[in-house]
Amino acid sequence: MTTLTTAVRSTVAVNRTLIASATFVAFGLADILLFGLFSHGDATFAFAQFGAKVGVPNLVLPAAPVAYALGAVSIAIGVLRATVPLSRAGRRACIAGAVLAFVISLLCWADAGNSTALNVINLLQGTVVYSIPLILGALAGVMCERSGVINIAIEGQLLLGAFAAAVITSAFSSLWLGLIAGSLAGGLLGGVLAVFAIKFLVDQIILGVVLNVFASGLTGYLYDRALVPYQNRLNSPVTFSSVKIPLLGDIPIIGPVFFDSTIFLYITYAMIALVQVGLFRTRWGLRVRAVGEHPTAADTVGIKVLATRYRNVLMGGLIAGIGGAFLTIGQVGSFGKDMSSGEGYIALAAMIFGRWTPLGATAAALLFGFSTSLQSILATLNVPIPSNILLMAPYIVTIVAVAGLVGKVRAPKADGQPYVKA
Amino acid sequence: MSEPPAPPPASPGLPAAGPAGTGTPAAENAPGPGGRGQFGRAVLDAILEGNSVVVTILAIAVALVLGGLLIAFTDPAVLRAWGSFFANPGHAIALAWDAAASAYVAMFEGAIFNPHTVAGVFHQASLATALHNGYVAAVFNPISETAVNATPLIFTGLAVGLAFRAGLFNIGAAGQWIGGAIVATWLGFGVSLPPVIHVVVCLLGGFAGGAVIGWIVGELKARTGAHEVVVTIMLNYVMYYFLAYILGTSAMQQPHSTNLISPVIAVDARLWHIAGPSLRVNAGFLLALAVAAGVWWLLERSTIGFEFRTVGANPSAARTAGMSVERSWVLVMLLAGGLAGLAACTVIQGTDYQLNFQSYGTYGFDGITVALLGRARPLGIVLSALLFGALHAGGVQMQAATQIPVDIVIVIQSLIVLLVAAPPLIRAMFRLRRARAGGLSETVAKGWNA
Repeated sequence: MTTLTTAVRSTVAVNRTLIASATFVAFGLADILLFGLFSHGDATFAFAQFGAKVGVPNLVLPAAPVAYALGAVSIAIGVLRATVPLSRAGRRACIAGAVLAFVISLLCWADAGNSTALNVINLLQGTVVYSIPLILGALAGVMCERSGVINIAIEGQLLLGAFAAAVITSAFSSLWLGLIAGSLAGGLLGGVLAVFAIKFLVDQIILGVVLNVFASGLTGYLYDRALVPYQNRLNSPVTFSSVKIPLLGDIPIIGPVFFDSTIFLYITYAMIALVQVGLFRTRWGLRVRAVGEHPTAADTVGIKVLATRYRNVLMGGLIAGIGGAFLTIGQVGSFGKDMSSGEGYIALAAMIFGRWTPLGATAAALLFGFSTSLQSILATLNVPIPSNILLMAPYIVTIVAVAGLVGKVRAPKADGQPYVKA
Repeated sequence: MSEPPAPPPASPGLPAAGPAGTGTPAAENAPGPGGRGQFGRAVLDAILEGNSVVVTILAIAVALVLGGLLIAFTDPAVLRAWGSFFANPGHAIALAWDAAASAYVAMFEGAIFNPHTVAGVFHQASLATALHNGYVAAVFNPISETAVNATPLIFTGLAVGLAFRAGLFNIGAAGQWIGGAIVATWLGFGVSLPPVIHVVVCLLGGFAGGAVIGWIVGELKARTGAHEVVVTIMLNYVMYYFLAYILGTSAMQQPHSTNLISPVIAVDARLWHIAGPSLRVNAGFLLALAVAAGVWWLLERSTIGFEFRTVGANPSAARTAGMSVERSWVLVMLLAGGLAGLAACTVIQGTDYQLNFQSYGTYGFDGITVALLGRARPLGIVLSALLFGALHAGGVQMQAATQIPVDIVIVIQSLIVLLVAAPPLIRAMFRLRRARAGGLSETVAKGWNA
């Protein structure tokens, strides 16, 4: 049995190296053949920001040569990956390098020969803002799944959080109450998930899907029944305004992107740090991970398995609820039917893509946020490609990346398995 | 690899539950008390023990009650009456009852049978004129609508359920549906063929269109280990945008139209009405039943199906036994995609006759709940698709008659599945004894690592 598993693993490892380097080369070829050959003229990148204290000059790059060079870099990474055995950090650097090369060539191609400059600040600001619900949703997933409970209900938690935040903010004209209500609504759905998964041992995949359907049905029903007739009283919340962090917010480029946003962005930073440090640097995190990997062993050494799971699923729900609240009182304002529009599922994908780690999930969520932001910027640039094809691109890139670079991921060992004391 | 021993299989026709099944408590599988032998005793036992049929019926009842409460207590008149409950408690309760009852009566009339239509038949001079003027058809219209609504759900339910049995979670029925819809629609208006052949060609095309999308998922998982949940979610988005793109090109867009809508398919490509021209029920419903039977045969009686189930229950054991796990993944996703493609065929060729950007509706995601409620078994899927089809058909009627938002149907659906999935809760509510077999968990319980 053991030899068999090792044999299987080693062939997979060889394949993995080959597939990964082939994917890097494919990215490189895309840089050259798609973006290099079809770029004519210079690409101009603007860093101007209204009201900035320090001006940053525009960056003008010859599009085609840059794309060729970056393509060559990508291919070189592929060759490196195939020939030299790399550490885990090295492999990640390879992925980051190839993705960055791809993105920059794409941007060069998009703006090549265009009289309008591509505003990098707007692009990055959009990236960060679009990523907020995805990051919070993915963190909620990490919290639950590290303790061994699968959370597909992220979508429902976002939706319920968005609904509660909009209604409470409108009814009491208090943004803070709305934020708390949104978080609690997500936590409530998390509580239902926890009770059914942990106490009634319901299949967690069923449960997650069903809770999403439930949240969609309930909010849709209440929207038609109450929010439409009482639009003014129940569904016209104010939204949080941006808060600029003193000093940090004045740094060119970085300031406006990372330190001049609504409270939600700062909450997101705090959450990423808390979950990452909490899970991997504290006693609590060690216990949570033990429960998620091997609950019997954890129980044997005196860790309360079920209590840990209840706590984590609830906390996950509270985090996702904040992400939901962002959708209404951080961004759009009023609630709309099914307004989370699949972002919970994207967050789920980001969590898996990020291998159940807070930082990995955040990076994957930023990738999705970037592509959404890029689409809205490219729409203004008259790119000679139908917008719908452009909209498909990030999802295709994700498939390529998941298949070519990430491959088989391993969830926490006990993820999805109810624990019953023997 | 120190996994606790798996519980004994619940029935002989079923492979041992997978690793996740180990979570089923021992008590769930413990033999029920009392002897059996006589039929009456067996029935009584079944009810008292809360076997799966009883649990399902009770779950539906509880879900309907909860839905009724939600309807009643979001009604402004009811809320006002309850605001002054102690002034006139009888009035408040009566109003609440009326609000819920009228909604459910309308739902029943839309889904199963409307007594007014029968009265219409008797007001005619003779049965012949009633038939001729469509009064008899009106009697059967609710049932027809239920069948029409259930047809695509049977297919998407099978698409999800078949993949479940092989241990794969297919969230991609929506994307596969679009793949099938594009091919079937194009074949429907783009080529001209003799009557019966045209229908068959469109069906095959729809199957192939969906199968390709499903195949990509299986192939990627088999070759690179890419997780099917991520790939199917991504492919759903890819297909949404592809549909929006292709409906805007000259290849698919209706001439002289600025909307994202395809031309109407040829009359020869349409599925036949099987109960007269005024009822929408069509051959697609019979096809769905036949395909469900075929899937049952495939899963329970064929070698391939046995491999699917083994791979689903325990991939390592399947590999050790010499089965190709990878081949099973590819094949099962190909078939699942094809089934979702056929769901599109029954919508396009059966009722809509053209494809627009909203056509995909919620068939893909409803397929997941249908498959879950049907315990990933073909007969269960057909029955739960009929239930959901009835709820949909009734919901439309209910909204028209009482202005209660049709979304209440989604709430009721999800409550049904939630309660069916938690037999211990239902048993505790009704003080039933423990059954011999576990609940829903044993069939489809799978973690990500499956």
